[in-house]
Amino acid sequence: MTDATLSVAAADLEAAARRRRILNLVVHGLLIAASVLMLYPLLWMLSASLRPEAEIFGSTSIWPSEISFEAYRRGWFGLQESFGVFFRNSFVIAVLSVIGNVMACSLAAYAFARLKFRGRNFWFAIMLGTLMIPYHVTLIPQYVLFLNLGWVDTFLPLVVPKFLAHDAFFIFLMVQFFRGIPRELDEAAMMDGCSPWRIYWKIMLPLSMPVLATAAIFSFLWTWDDFFGPLIYLNDMRNFTVQLGLRSFVDSSSQSDWGGLFAMSTLTLVPVFFFFLFFQRLLIEGIATTGMKR
Amino acid sequence: MERPQAMPAPAAAGAAGAERAGRFARFWSANGAGYMFLAPWLIGFMVLTAGPALISLYLSLTDFDLLRPPNWVGTANYERIFTADAKFMASMRVTLFFVIFSVPLKLAFALAVAVALNRGIRGLPLYRAIFYLPSLLGTSVAIAVLWRQLFARDGLVNSFLATFGIEGPSWISHPDYALWTLIILSVWQFGSPMIIFLAGLRQIPTDMYEAASLDGASKSRQFWKITLPLLTPVIFFNAVVQTIESFKAFTPAFIISGGTGGPVNSTLFYTLYLYQEAFGFLRMGYASALAWILVVIIAAFTALSFLSSRYWVHYDD
Repeated sequence: MTDATLSVAAADLEAAARRRRILNLVVHGLLIAASVLMLYPLLWMLSASLRPEAEIFGSTSIWPSEISFEAYRRGWFGLQESFGVFFRNSFVIAVLSVIGNVMACSLAAYAFARLKFRGRNFWFAIMLGTLMIPYHVTLIPQYVLFLNLGWVDTFLPLVVPKFLAHDAFFIFLMVQFFRGIPRELDEAAMMDGCSPWRIYWKIMLPLSMPVLATAAIFSFLWTWDDFFGPLIYLNDMRNFTVQLGLRSFVDSSSQSDWGGLFAMSTLTLVPVFFFFLFFQRLLIEGIATTGMKR
Repeated sequence: MERPQAMPAPAAAGAAGAERAGRFARFWSANGAGYMFLAPWLIGFMVLTAGPALISLYLSLTDFDLLRPPNWVGTANYERIFTADAKFMASMRVTLFFVIFSVPLKLAFALAVAVALNRGIRGLPLYRAIFYLPSLLGTSVAIAVLWRQLFARDGLVNSFLATFGIEGPSWISHPDYALWTLIILSVWQFGSPMIIFLAGLRQIPTDMYEAASLDGASKSRQFWKITLPLLTPVIFFNAVVQTIESFKAFTPAFIISGGTGGPVNSTLFYTLYLYQEAFGFLRMGYASALAWILVVIIAAFTALSFLSSRYWVHYDD
């Protein structure tokens, strides 16, 4: 090889590297633009909640000229019941739902993943089938059932189904995880005379913390965000969740208190954002491995 | 031990009963543990899913209104839905329009961003987190409230347009545009399909690309000939899940239209119409029929997707 061809090859490589660098810059530029576009509405809401009422509209800027928490105070007490009540209710419902889902779904998942019993495959297929059924089909008879039990306008219709593993998606999620736990562990325990209950409690659950955490977080978020369930079952404002509270705020204050509305909207997103910040990896892995809808 | 007082049944039946009990004891000792663990779900399935599904099928053939016992009306509800219900037709049109535009747009965005992120780009976790956030916040009322203000007459979108001297309409109260604001909201939440695409892209062996580059295949050719075909199972999965979810969308339309599905039924999602019939007018029998039609439509869409998948989804064996 002569020096000339070598230097041509080197120049080629350099040009290719430069092209790659430029392309990378372009991609970064596009991604940053997209990120800004994605986040802008959220930041705008946050800033609108912090600025004086007169400044909210007619401006695309997200920098408030002065920061005031007045809108938060107005919004918090903007309805007959304060948002403190709604937050407490949402929190109680979400925590109970987490407990119910984790308990009931892990029990069923353990049965499907590890125990031998007649009809297991049949019930497993049925369970997967229930994932496909839109809830609208069971909605009305369920409502009539809860109405007859006197449960309408209590938290029970929103919570009791979770203790009956009604969110079968989490069963599926846990079965997948349980199957990955080495069988030798529970077989050895079985040899030592451990009951299935002890194996479930002492071996499976401690080894399944990641999936239990994923299920717990998603249960919390889905329950927190749920609007349809509370809309149907809760009537008295004292029982409202934050989502219903916001909706009432929209209805009552239409055209008047945007600052308060934005302030309360922002507040209801805070718990979700908190989970996003601290459990992002679990959330993203949960979606990547199971194909969750959101 | 005390024996039970008089057995009312004849001896033979008693023996059969004992045998049955014995068989049950054997069944229980072999399978009992499984059913004990399954019990909460099994009870839930019977009481909350199977039972209600059958009952709603029955109710769909009645005039049930929650206040009086249901009267059998045969297929009258279904006949009215298909022949004399303009609102049903409107809601069907709105829902199909929403599904047909929001799902492909959302998936196209998700795929484009996933491919851009998969180049081994720096800052991937940060980008991924930013793009995922809307999808996590998405269904809450707060976001619907925000959307209402973004597209209001004096909202952010029009303020932005005003800087270019364009005077935008009130998007959410214009029948031609209201549905589009909801489609944009749905596309904005492309985060979770994007994450699933990213996971799928990771599965494609890099040596395929190396071999293709050696053969002189350009990047775009590699995308169309390697990436896309190998990703079809993931595309298929995302398409089915997002289609079903879009059929069930409710909250944004409810909040943005104030529960009416307006203006002029332009955001009357199917689920919103069902809600109005059931809980607004208490036409529970009629709403049950609507629910069953939704099931059939979703099932048909899913079945069609699976049938069509034979022609475009590549599974490596």
